[in-house]
Amino acid sequence: MTIKEPVEDFATDWDHTDPRWVRDPYPIWATLRETCPVAHTDRYGGGWFPTTHEMVSSIANDTEHFTSRMVVVTNNKFPPNFIPAPMGGAPPITSDPPFHAIARRLILPAFAPGPVNALEPQIRSLCRKHLDAMAGHEFVDAGTGYAQFIPPGVIAQMLGFPAEDEDIFREIVHFILDLVDLAPEERGEMSEPTLNYFSNQIDDHLANPRDDLTSYLLNVEVGGKKLAREHVTGTIVLILVAGIDTTWSAIGAALWHLAQHPSDLARLVSEPELMPLAVEEFLRFYAPVTMARLVNDDYEFFGCPMKKDDWVLLGFPAANRDPEVFERADTFIIDREVNRHAAFGLGIHRCVGSNLARLELRVALEEFIVRFPTFTLANDADVTWAPGQVRGPRQIPIRVLS
Amino acid sequence: MKVRIDPDICQGQGRCFSIAPGLFGFDELGNGVVIGDGTLQADTLALAQLAQANCPEHAIFIEE
Repeated sequence: MTIKEPVEDFATDWDHTDPRWVRDPYPIWATLRETCPVAHTDRYGGGWFPTTHEMVSSIANDTEHFTSRMVVVTNNKFPPNFIPAPMGGAPPITSDPPFHAIARRLILPAFAPGPVNALEPQIRSLCRKHLDAMAGHEFVDAGTGYAQFIPPGVIAQMLGFPAEDEDIFREIVHFILDLVDLAPEERGEMSEPTLNYFSNQIDDHLANPRDDLTSYLLNVEVGGKKLAREHVTGTIVLILVAGIDTTWSAIGAALWHLAQHPSDLARLVSEPELMPLAVEEFLRFYAPVTMARLVNDDYEFFGCPMKKDDWVLLGFPAANRDPEVFERADTFIIDREVNRHAAFGLGIHRCVGSNLARLELRVALEEFIVRFPTFTLANDADVTWAPGQVRGPRQIPIRVLS
Repeated sequence: MKVRIDPDICQGQGRCFSIAPGLFGFDELGNGVVIGDGTLQADTLALAQLAQANCPEHAIFIEE
């Protein structure tokens, strides 16, 4: 990996892996929104970053001018094993209409509220297991000791993958989402073990079918035909990657916030009925996920001369801080009642796992604050943040007060 | 007054049936659906309006 030039001007040279952006992007976005408001970069082969809610919503709902075939900005716009639109490498997130609706419909029922809500008891016991392991310590890490364990356990069970492969899952997520600065050939080489892992899991499910999402995808038929193996692989990669880092980041960010805002923590402890509103405000304020699109053909967007195959970084977290849409947008209001946030995206690519993410976030917070009703951040300088398009704290050293 | 969800706009964000579970439910894909014929009483109007104000897709309509 090469050392990159530091960013001097985010309006003309944005980089979402710049250390300042990773640490605290909100002031950068606010300045861009007021002065720009569509930033450009020549990095990653060229791309744009619109910062208003109106623009983000407009792009999310415009599948004619913007394709989803690549949704993670890297230096590898055209990888050698590239699967073109309308399917893309990880359907349905990389799919465009009309194929998108077919691929999405296959997995929506598994993530609808009914099946998801049935997982609550086991999510709760998973949380308690990890809290038990933290018991008796004054200093604990709410990230590496707690948040990072919750989503992988749930996703492993849904896919029917071995729970003990959690470390592998996190490596895969790190590779796909964090290491975006790799040269194309490096990225190609590093993707092999990941693809082999999924290939082995699929072979195992073909030999030993069972009641899980992987076997379902291998057996389901569309128009009398089973799915192509690359479709099954792509959807499984999507579910694993999108189901882990994202919610882990949301849980971590919420705990990081509570560790620094004792009045919010005290209110949640004394008024547990506030939790649904608090969850939505955590999602708005610390929305972890930024998506991406590619420009289909040369297109002028809000006066910007976008070129075919330019990246567009689709900043739902930036949209969530737009003062045009949210009153006191940069203030965290734990009981905010009107909160039309876009943390799960907008339009046809709305996060398929949103019901599961909400449930995991709510249960993880409920269990944590019941166990530790007061806690504080031990040292903010030791908090590390995941770079790239899924942003959240990884190490969250906290001191338990009670 | 009646509330309705436009199924062409709804993307299953799930806010309506969380905020007002008495007024809204969900189908097998997780998209929002109005329970019954959507007729609102004085006490349910405010709840329907709150759900409407929280729908990220602007898919909820309240009409005479």
